[in-house]
Amino acid sequence: MSYGMRSFLPKSDAMKILLLAVLIMVVFPLSMDIFRLNLVGKYLSYAFVALGLVLCWGYGGILSLGQGVFFGLGGYCMAMFLKLEASTPEATAIQSTPGIPDFMDWNQLTALPWFWEPFHSLSFTVAAIIIVPVIFAFIISVAMFKRRVGGVYFAIITQAIAAILTILIIGQQGYTGGVNGITDLRTLKGWDIRTDEAKYILYFFCCIMLIGCLFVAQYVRKSKLGRLLVAMRDKEDRVRFSGYDVSNFKIFVFCLAAAFSAIGGAMFTLQVGFMSPTFVGIVPSIEMVIFCAVGGRLSIFGAIYGTLVVNWAKTTFSESFPELWLFGLGALFIGVVLAFPQGLAGLYTTWIEPRLSQWFKSLRSARPPMPSTTADSRS
Amino acid sequence: MFAEYTASELTSIFAMQGFAGLILFSVFVLMALGLAIIFGQMGVINMAHGEFMILGAYITYLTSNLFAEYAESLFSGYFFIAMLLAFLTTFVLGAFVEWSMIRHLYKRPLDTLLATWGLSLILQQFYRTVFGAREVGVTLPDWLMGSYPLTDLIEVPINGIFVMVITICISVGVYFWMYRSRWGGQVRAVVQNREMAGAVGINTEKVDRITFALGCGIAGVAGSAFTMIGSTGPTSGQLYIVDTFLVVVFGGAASLLGTIASAFTISQAQSTMEFFLSGSMAKVLTLLVVVGILMLRPQGLFSLKIRH
Repeated sequence: MSYGMRSFLPKSDAMKILLLAVLIMVVFPLSMDIFRLNLVGKYLSYAFVALGLVLCWGYGGILSLGQGVFFGLGGYCMAMFLKLEASTPEATAIQSTPGIPDFMDWNQLTALPWFWEPFHSLSFTVAAIIIVPVIFAFIISVAMFKRRVGGVYFAIITQAIAAILTILIIGQQGYTGGVNGITDLRTLKGWDIRTDEAKYILYFFCCIMLIGCLFVAQYVRKSKLGRLLVAMRDKEDRVRFSGYDVSNFKIFVFCLAAAFSAIGGAMFTLQVGFMSPTFVGIVPSIEMVIFCAVGGRLSIFGAIYGTLVVNWAKTTFSESFPELWLFGLGALFIGVVLAFPQGLAGLYTTWIEPRLSQWFKSLRSARPPMPSTTADSRS
Repeated sequence: MFAEYTASELTSIFAMQGFAGLILFSVFVLMALGLAIIFGQMGVINMAHGEFMILGAYITYLTSNLFAEYAESLFSGYFFIAMLLAFLTTFVLGAFVEWSMIRHLYKRPLDTLLATWGLSLILQQFYRTVFGAREVGVTLPDWLMGSYPLTDLIEVPINGIFVMVITICISVGVYFWMYRSRWGGQVRAVVQNREMAGAVGINTEKVDRITFALGCGIAGVAGSAFTMIGSTGPTSGQLYIVDTFLVVVFGGAASLLGTIASAFTISQAQSTMEFFLSGSMAKVLTLLVVVGILMLRPQGLFSLKIRH
């Protein structure tokens, strides 16, 4: 058991998770006001997607340009529940049909569409947040991977699916809220989610969920499945010839990434208070890939830091130099791909980690006999 | 949904929508030809393809302004010069991009996708800074204005016919270049077996560069033709990129004939349905059907028996 535990969570990884937990759950809340912290919470909900992409793209070699679809499905499921709760007959008494969401009334709908009905129940909603995107991902991935379609084709098809879903959501305004999305969300089971206190609680909830997903990702990474994924990415045929059904592993990891994204989407809706097609389409989906690439496509910790760094840069730059931001983002895409394919995590392992371990070693060895060596090795 | 129309009205609706579909088809073919060369032959995903097209459109816009300002008498023929300039500019830019970026990434196709997406963001912002966020349109010379009445119910616009003629010329040109010239033979040789092609003395790097540049050049011409039927904005290219990739993949990536056939199918389906459904639903349905077919038949409509 102890050996199993150690191989699942080596000391260095445990330290990294602890460090991340301290950073997002102690340092950020203490050093920021609630407005900034809410922004960080929004970034962290993207981190779920980046985390899924590390497994799916970094380990499995499957680049999905449609993660926004799953993010959006999760987010919309959450938003539908919250919207139904916000549109009680009393609150919507001025509408021509009270008791249905306001945008439906604006679009001359007189009854709640059938697929909205089950979202009155919170337990159904929570289940749907995971299940709907996973089923969707399952259908896509079975159709593609069983026919051995992968790589570039998969990327293009997932991108097309992201485009289709966006057009559909925008076009079916009466059922989905159209381009504005589902807005004006108020309470969760009678608990107002717009107060500062609720925002703190939701932020911590998001952090806990993220760390939970991190543990799942770590487990997958260190398990036999993780090793098989890497083997498949590098030489798919050899894994197939060894008797494994390659497509099943791919389907699993793609569905897992979809589930992570969906949780992120639900967290996003809860913290930001609305959901719209701008988080579903091609552009957000591909931006989520760059979060993962900047952090390091092979590092589950790097993905989270990468998401935070890119989003922080985006907020800072687009506040002060809106024109420069797109140039910056474009350059980031090109630069990461050409110069730093391993991202921040690569920089960490080549430059910082060796020095750190040297430093630790020298600290340890220097303690009893000769303190003079520490000065040399530290520099 | 057909009940409220008479038979002759239905015929003319289909004819008119069919013609609108033919114009859409021309745009698809022009964009997809460049992409089919770059993606189909070289296996490189160029997400900035739409931006190369828009560059061609902006060059045409600039040329038309220049002619209107300094050479009023030659204005009726400015389009041909604009098209040449658009081709040259995008060709040179394409060669530069290949040299500086793409050639380092031939082994990593997924990374090419990300890098060219970055390039497309930079180009978009560049257009926005230089030309402004508003869409611009060119002034058509007199002989391209108006429409030609086919019957008393059916009229076809002349600029649409002109774009179609250009499309046909370019398609024929690309066909001869790819399948009937020495150079095209070298390109196909490199696609089929890079090492062997290199061993028999083909300069594969040069072939790569010219192929990529030529694909971009065709995109530039496409953009130039695009100005005849629509206005150009910094993000116009992005609107078409997903459709175009689907066209190329649906047609079977390495087949030019397949590209043209799939562009025809998709554009006709979309524009015919657009009349009866809302525009967005027509697009959703078309794309869904295409994605569905691709899931069942991933190699596309026409395919060579090669595994890449």
